[in-house]
Amino acid sequence: MAVGLGAYLSVSACLFIIGIFGIFINRKNVIIILMSVELILLAVNINFIAFSSSLGDLMGQIFAMLVLTVAAAEAAIGLAILVAFFRNRNSIAVEDINALKG
Amino acid sequence: MFETLNLAIALPELILILGAIALLMVGVFSNSNVTKMLHISAMALALVVVTIFIIFTQGSEEATAFFGSFYVSDFTKAFKIILLIGTGFAILMAIEFKKRENFTQFELPVLMLLAAAGMMVMVSANDMATLYLGLELQSLSLYVLAAIHRDNVKATEAGLKYFVLGALSSGMLLYGISLIYGFTGSIGYSQIASSIASGNANEIGVIFGIVFILAGLAFKISAAPFHMWTPDVYEGSPTPITAFFASAPKVAAMALLARVSMEAFAPMGDAWQQIIIFLAVASMALGAVAAIAQSDIKRLMAYSSIGNMGFALVGLAAQNEKGIYGLLLYITIYMFMTLGAFACIQAMQKDKVSLTKISDLAGCGKSNPFLAILLTLIMFSMIGIPPLAGFFAKFYAFLAAVDAGLYPLAIIGVVLSVISAYYYLRVIKVMFFDEGEYDHDPMAGELKIVLAASSAVIILFVLFKLAVDDFMLQAAAAMFN
Repeated sequence: MAVGLGAYLSVSACLFIIGIFGIFINRKNVIIILMSVELILLAVNINFIAFSSSLGDLMGQIFAMLVLTVAAAEAAIGLAILVAFFRNRNSIAVEDINALKG
Repeated sequence: MFETLNLAIALPELILILGAIALLMVGVFSNSNVTKMLHISAMALALVVVTIFIIFTQGSEEATAFFGSFYVSDFTKAFKIILLIGTGFAILMAIEFKKRENFTQFELPVLMLLAAAGMMVMVSANDMATLYLGLELQSLSLYVLAAIHRDNVKATEAGLKYFVLGALSSGMLLYGISLIYGFTGSIGYSQIASSIASGNANEIGVIFGIVFILAGLAFKISAAPFHMWTPDVYEGSPTPITAFFASAPKVAAMALLARVSMEAFAPMGDAWQQIIIFLAVASMALGAVAAIAQSDIKRLMAYSSIGNMGFALVGLAAQNEKGIYGLLLYITIYMFMTLGAFACIQAMQKDKVSLTKISDLAGCGKSNPFLAILLTLIMFSMIGIPPLAGFFAKFYAFLAAVDAGLYPLAIIGVVLSVISAYYYLRVIKVMFFDEGEYDHDPMAGELKIVLAASSAVIILFVLFKLAVDDFMLQAAAAMFN
């Protein structure tokens, strides 16, 4: 039995929502936020691939490759900023990101 | 094959990117001292000027390159010139910062150039993939710029906050793009528009896609309710970087927002107009009210820029040629005002330590009347007092809204503009009427240039308008061909 488009879209919507909540509800650690960002981008990729296959159009798969590439660059920059932050604060706990307030 | 590739019309972007890479090489292979850094900044500035001239020499007819994914017209040219002027002034302001802090990281102007290249690609994007590529080139450079003062707790925290919320907004934008792709079957702006217009697309799916895309872009222009990163990032980053954040990226993201909504989603005008009106009212209200309680002038400017984005969105909400003209005029004037204000803020330093409290301005009117008067004029212009530039900006934005029949929006805008006058006037009051010792360091030459250019545009705006009005009208008309 073939799995329909709707199933793929549901999985991707669930992953997307988990990613969003991972960023907002998480109170522990910035690494989890970075993982949530990756989860959001992967949800988008599932969407693109599923639509590409169901439309019979290659553009979605090309877009997914582009997203993967940019996600790698984004993760590298995010970790670099995190390392710079850790050197200054000796912590990556979310509750310690509190120097700026107003 | 080479006719459709049409590399020549992407020449400004290519020159800028190749130049930035060359400067990166120069920086890597030369020993790092402050003089070398200043040479690299000067070369970066020269590159920006050359790019502006190349854009001027290009013809004014519409053209596409890279098989239709890259688009050039008077509209894109106008926005690119404005954002490059903003980038040039920000590089100039960064030179002062480097001299003062003995800052030896040569990447600062190079990252600004790469961010500017990303912004130019954003403005010229003609399909969703190019849009995403330009947006990420810009955003990734800006994340690093926010944290470039890497020994500073506040700067790295600003970078981290900007990165997390920026990545979230990119994710939402991409999710919207994937829905639009799925429900219309294409990623090109014009193909999306024709697919929606033909009625083949699932309307609910497309509306979901539009909501996600606009939410993602609202993050980038820091429109309320997606503004929460703005005050923290503005406060934490070094002042020239903050000036850069407040000027060029806003211009590019606003142009991108106008292009996506007016071209790709033109058949869904009623749907996105409601969202834009909501964003405009929320931003104007937040900008007017939340700035009142601030004691840090950079946070105050952050809320001011949120409010200003709301006023610019009023022009877009009108959805007509006057509205696009109003948007272009507003964003140009906003950029000059904000750069001038940040030049004054950067000049607030004592023994080479920069001060950012509003109360640090006390006594400025007596001991440095020239600076105080120019900052007063900038603040008056932000309020919208004629004949200063800010008046015309707001006037044309509201005129377009009235023309489109959006009377409530125009009335709300005028009322909120009056409320926001309170905190601008407070800065003036502190400068002239509060007792205080103002013995700050003398203003650096680079900042004087930026402040002079900004004040010239603000004070002599009537003449400035005569000079550029034809081009701006053409640019607005190009959107509707």
